[in-house]
Amino acid sequence: MILVLVFLPLLAGLAAFALRSPAVRRGLLIGTALVHATLTAICWKTTPGAALGGWLALDAAGLLFLSIISGLFLVASFYAAGYLGQQANKHTTDMEEGMLFDNAPEAVFIGCLLLFLATMTLVTVSQHFGLLWVAIEATTLASAPLIYFHRHHRSLEATWKYLLVCSVGIALALLASFFLGVAATPPNGEGFPLVLTELVAKAQQLQTPWLKAACLLFFVGYGTKMGLAPLHTWLPDAHSEAPSVISALLSGAVLNCAFLGLVRVQQVCVAAGLGAFGRDVWVLLGLVSLVVGAVFIIGQTDYKRLLAYSSVENMGIIALGVGLGSAGAFGAMLHAVNHALAKAMLFLLSGNILARYQTKNIAQVRGLLRAAPVTGVLWVTGFLAITGTPPFGLFLSKFTILKAAIDSGRTWIGVMFLVSLGVIFVGMTTAFFGMAQGVPDKSAAGPANRDRWWQIAPPAVLGLLVLWLGLAIPGPLNNVLRQIAATLGDAP
Amino acid sequence: MNPESFIPLLLALLLSPLLPGIINRTKALFAGRRGPPLLQIYFDLGKLLRKGAVYSRTTTWIFRAGPMLELAAALAAAMLVPLGNFAALIAFPADFLLFAGLLGLMRFFTVLAALDTGSSFEGMGASREVFFSALAEPALLVALATLARQAGSFSLSTMLGQVSGGHWLHLGPVLALVMIALMIVLLAENERIPVDDPNTHLELTMIHEVMVLDHGGPDFAFIVYGAALKLWLLTALVVGMVVPATGASWLDLALVMGGMFAVAVIVGVVESVMARLRLVMVPQLLVGAGALAAAAFLLGLK
Amino acid sequence: MNNTNIILILVVLTNLKLLGSSRLGASIRVVAMQGVVLGLLPVLAHTNELSLRYAVLAAGTIALKGIVFPWFLFRAVREAEVTREVEPYVGYVTSLLAGVLILAVSFWMCERLPMPETLASSWLAPVAFFSIFAGLFLIVSRKRAVNQVLGFLVLENGVYTFGVGLAPHTSLLVEAGVLLDVFVAVFVMGITIFHINREFDHIETNRLSTLKD
Repeated sequence: MILVLVFLPLLAGLAAFALRSPAVRRGLLIGTALVHATLTAICWKTTPGAALGGWLALDAAGLLFLSIISGLFLVASFYAAGYLGQQANKHTTDMEEGMLFDNAPEAVFIGCLLLFLATMTLVTVSQHFGLLWVAIEATTLASAPLIYFHRHHRSLEATWKYLLVCSVGIALALLASFFLGVAATPPNGEGFPLVLTELVAKAQQLQTPWLKAACLLFFVGYGTKMGLAPLHTWLPDAHSEAPSVISALLSGAVLNCAFLGLVRVQQVCVAAGLGAFGRDVWVLLGLVSLVVGAVFIIGQTDYKRLLAYSSVENMGIIALGVGLGSAGAFGAMLHAVNHALAKAMLFLLSGNILARYQTKNIAQVRGLLRAAPVTGVLWVTGFLAITGTPPFGLFLSKFTILKAAIDSGRTWIGVMFLVSLGVIFVGMTTAFFGMAQGVPDKSAAGPANRDRWWQIAPPAVLGLLVLWLGLAIPGPLNNVLRQIAATLGDAP
Repeated sequence: MNPESFIPLLLALLLSPLLPGIINRTKALFAGRRGPPLLQIYFDLGKLLRKGAVYSRTTTWIFRAGPMLELAAALAAAMLVPLGNFAALIAFPADFLLFAGLLGLMRFFTVLAALDTGSSFEGMGASREVFFSALAEPALLVALATLARQAGSFSLSTMLGQVSGGHWLHLGPVLALVMIALMIVLLAENERIPVDDPNTHLELTMIHEVMVLDHGGPDFAFIVYGAALKLWLLTALVVGMVVPATGASWLDLALVMGGMFAVAVIVGVVESVMARLRLVMVPQLLVGAGALAAAAFLLGLK
Repeated sequence: MNNTNIILILVVLTNLKLLGSSRLGASIRVVAMQGVVLGLLPVLAHTNELSLRYAVLAAGTIALKGIVFPWFLFRAVREAEVTREVEPYVGYVTSLLAGVLILAVSFWMCERLPMPETLASSWLAPVAFFSIFAGLFLIVSRKRAVNQVLGFLVLENGVYTFGVGLAPHTSLLVEAGVLLDVFVAVFVMGITIFHINREFDHIETNRLSTLKD
């Protein structure tokens, strides 16, 4: 079952490179997404068996993130199919600088998209740290061509930065995996394998200095991929230049994959008695990311970069949550789910706005509510969701984290958290409401420019999910969240 | 002070002009010529000592004193360097610092005398020479420090005398790096290609040659002899490192002499095979030698 | 004389040469040589457990790093028609001195970490760290994209040295996976460089600065 989950998108991706007809390719994309989502749903009922001798297995954390990835990909695949249909004319004029550019071949796009799904699935089911590393590096390599879909110099610059920064970070994560391997070698015996369950079971035998060094290096390595400041430099460029579907998947899925890697590290640390050490680093990185996100959101002129910095900020919130012990970890996991849904929704909507207004500048977008009512309403709803307004889900998760901060006695963290959130709220309000209200341009409004169903339905579905999670968390999800939080618990 | 410790000094004084002769002969053979006789430098020294000297009116007593002071420094340095199994005449801990200092003093007097002429050519050569030596000196000192660490002693005589086959077996790579660094320093300090061409007299390419351009007669004889001594001493450092100590004094000495001549031949070969480096690349070469010596030092620490 | 020590010295020398060298062709060959030399490391570091697995890994590494990567990088350079020397952010002499400093820091760091007792050579960990830091330094201080890719390869070499030397019980699958990832990474980077050159007519990444806040 697990092998099917990984190999199905892999084979479909390879097949997509060879297919000729665009309609068949897009059908393959949507079909694979549907099957993948169905299999994931089945996994909630019955836990699938381990594969590859325990190297691949689905535990609570893996199941949660697999569901996020699978669900997001399904919704995004519909959007992507429609988007590709719209982009089918070969030459387009760049909106910012007026030059002509090409798009990448559609086969490459769909093929890489499916490979992307396969590699992300591999990340969620890996129990062996080495294999986890291979999978995360593979997600970088599979997504680089996707960022370079519009072939012009800005996206090339973004792709190059993405490739280099993430590859360097991930190389350091490989070193960290080797450090872990050395930590797992007792001085006079054979080492034990780097499988998560084994490491947790034998955690007391791990050599502490190597484990600490490994922990720090993992933060640098996977933290780069997760978008924690100050390692986030690739994020705004990649998100603003990639097609909106890809930005949605990057923010919603890839950042969470890297987060999963770090969660696994923390699970080992907690079992080995270094939980407090790990948590301090989480809190530090979380606060730095919050502040950096807040600073760069104020006065931001590009709405896609705005959303990217918001991702940095939310990753900071998640990191902060994990650093606050069991209660905070519950909130962090819930926030991971909610943020993925809300951010993906916003990015998909930003794609609609971009297609309509032909500009990424916030000041030049006016009157969204009048020009495209449905998109406008969803845009404002998304804004309310992402800033943590009740009754949306992010309010609940942020509140849980705040409560954990105050309960642990470190009120200053709670204060910093609230101040940053306030600053972000103000910064985003000016942007979002400025875009939504007012009178639109002649070129933007008009019946010929009506939004298609594939542009509206996916974001609407995501928005409804966020709303539902804010009102009531379903039982199975609650159980999974508790299980994960327990492994990240309060043990010193 | 036993008579045996005079042997290194005597050999240095007597045989040092032989080395440039060997180098020139090797270069000539490479070029397909017969070349000057091996003892040519001796004849040159004799000729120069019999000549008179002409002094420019812009120079002062420094110009006249320079060559003599240079030679004095070289002679003092010669008393510090051992050969084979024979300890040097003067040996005490940290004498390699004094050695480097005396070489520096020699250079200092050359540069002073050159600047005293007031000519821009000499000034240019002086600035280049001093710059390159400033880069080469750390390499020399770090290389000697590495040797000191390995031999466990700070005196040149013990350092070079005790390097045996066992050292090479265990720390071969480290000693090889030190040897390469010292060879590069040798080439730099003795105005050899690839740092400086001893045969050029083109204005813009001279470094060492230009500083001694205005000296003539006995002064120039002192300079030539001093340069030969300096070459001998630095070669003795390299050979002392490489040639293992066998225990029998005269066998050691024979091996060392063979080594000296071999290094001279190698320098000749290097001069014939390579072209001179562009002036901007010379700092890279010298800092590279320093980096090699430092790497050897760090690796030898473990 | 320890065979592993000779390999490690060669790695140190190649790193120093890369830090101090300005010629692109020489740099690519030096990195290739480093890769080949390191490919021999697993065979020599574990002579008491000589097995097919190490031989296959060594052969794969040598083929990939010694033949495929340089061929690919030379092609990228030829396509980009790069001939001009570009002054890096940090000059070559300073880079060399920084390299020596990095070597000293690596040795110091390894004094503080407890080493396993079955190490083939006491120089393994310091030289591995040296390669890693030198690779990072090269990435940060060089402006040309190809030089940055070379820095990345040196970084990976350092991590590989560490892995082979100190964590030998990581499975063959992981090592093969790592090799594959590096291959694809270089492949993708090479293609991106080709595109960069086509777009910009140069491959100097310091001039890629349109996107900023």
